[in-house]
Amino acid sequence: MPRLDKRAGDVLIWFLLLTAPYWLPAAGSYVELGTRVVVYALAVTALNFLLGYTGVLSFGHAAYFGLGAYGTALTIKYLIPSTPAGMLVGIVVGTAAAAVIGPMIVRLRGVYFAMCTIAFGQVFYFIAFQWFSLTNGDDGVSAWHRMPLDLGFTSIDILNNSTAFYYFALIMFAICAAAMAFLLRSPFGHTLVAIRENERRARFLGIPVDRHIWMSWVISCFFVSIAGTLFALMNNFVDPRALRWDQSGNFVIMAVLGGMRSFWGPLIGSAIFLVLQDYISSHTENWMSFIGLFFVLIVLFFPRGVLGIMRRRPLS
Amino acid sequence: MSLLSVERVSRRFGSLVAVSDVSMAVEPGELRAVIGPNGAGKTTFFNMISGFLAPSSGRIVFDGEDVTRLLPAQRVWRGIARTFQITEVFPELTVRENLRIAVEAAAGYRLRPWISREAEAVVSARVTDLSDQGGLADREDRLVGELSHGDQRATEIMMALALNPRLLLLDEPTAGMGDQETDNITQLIRQLHKDHKLSIVLIEHDMRVVFGLADRIMVLAEGTLLAEGTPQQIAANEAVQAAYLGQPA
Repeated sequence: MPRLDKRAGDVLIWFLLLTAPYWLPAAGSYVELGTRVVVYALAVTALNFLLGYTGVLSFGHAAYFGLGAYGTALTIKYLIPSTPAGMLVGIVVGTAAAAVIGPMIVRLRGVYFAMCTIAFGQVFYFIAFQWFSLTNGDDGVSAWHRMPLDLGFTSIDILNNSTAFYYFALIMFAICAAAMAFLLRSPFGHTLVAIRENERRARFLGIPVDRHIWMSWVISCFFVSIAGTLFALMNNFVDPRALRWDQSGNFVIMAVLGGMRSFWGPLIGSAIFLVLQDYISSHTENWMSFIGLFFVLIVLFFPRGVLGIMRRRPLS
Repeated sequence: MSLLSVERVSRRFGSLVAVSDVSMAVEPGELRAVIGPNGAGKTTFFNMISGFLAPSSGRIVFDGEDVTRLLPAQRVWRGIARTFQITEVFPELTVRENLRIAVEAAAGYRLRPWISREAEAVVSARVTDLSDQGGLADREDRLVGELSHGDQRATEIMMALALNPRLLLLDEPTAGMGDQETDNITQLIRQLHKDHKLSIVLIEHDMRVVFGLADRIMVLAEGTLLAEGTPQQIAANEAVQAAYLGQPA
């Protein structure tokens, strides 16, 4: 794909994202759906850092997403009623858990790695489910809400103004996406693509493969926990479904739908998934069957996802 | 002192002894060929030198240091690079990208989240240089997976060379190639050996290539060292002829 097209694509995507609160209602939708797309897009872009660019499939990313969400909710509810403080705790908890679990799983490959990520994910799910005194179990952490952002000279009401919260989520997404894109373009990012393309060759170029997979895993989980904090803030609520394995599965489905070899694939995949969900679920409870059918068609006819139809871009 | 000294290594797979008690010393700047019938243990021998397999017994010393227990990546850092019998490249990346990853790895940039404009220019110039040397200049923006077998092999050799190795291990560099490609690769190896004063050990089946390139030849058969010597000595060796052609009736 010529360079001009890529630029044009980027500009179009950012334009649509920046103006979403204005055109979404006109298109018969609502701003909160846009926020949900952006939050999921961040989670899936983070997953895709590992899946699409390192070639490692995790079916347990919801764990770190959920830890971010729980960290935020519990901090705001019980410790400090501040949105940034809640986010910080959520991100630290999610990333720390990933950093500790990483060394136990990075030597595994393929389906074994995926199975272990599910297993560890379910551990956190059951903790959230069972530790009633802290998490309120199945009923989730409620009776708290995100706090307006206090910038010192002014305060932004992200609580009651849904457009303001949309832009807050979009800024977080933009910063994180830019950081990931920057990393992928660096020599470090190239080593990850090398591992995806041919692990044996990477090893014999002097790249310590397991260590780099661990780093990619931690970076990916760091960004997915940021998405998790936004998810809690968006709902003013969190329950164990946020870190259950089907949540992880949805992330993978979104990445594959959009195209895991393209940087914007996860955003497109999340948008398709959530818009379909929003639209179909207002007509039938069986919305997942339709998304499943759509997913099967995409995988059969466009195995590289919606964006995979276009040609790949060079690394540098 | 030898650059590489393999001391009585053996490798067993269950009850099968793939390599038994084989020693080899490679001098700096030497081009050594390892030959032998199929199943002689040549690739296993290579795998032990490069760190892909650990020997069951014996020692491997590189430049005075015992590397027997080191990981492949650690041996690469010390200057041992290799290619594989079945070409190992990054098929969905371009030639330049393949070379760039190798150059960045060699420059110690593997953990860098960014590099300066100057460093970037040095990397880029080195990539261009390697692609020229490998005869790949006119197809450096094509995906390696789309190239001919010979060009893929040339890419792999240049990636190994990008690591600035002191010892280059080539596992059947001309396997599965036509005459023209074989000549090109042979020419490339000869050129690299001459230009870089590299020590090279190669496994090869094509005797024209072996006798055209090697300073010394080592013959393995059924996991043991059958003979070692100059090409003339090997050509005249009766045990070698027997191993290749069968015992005279």
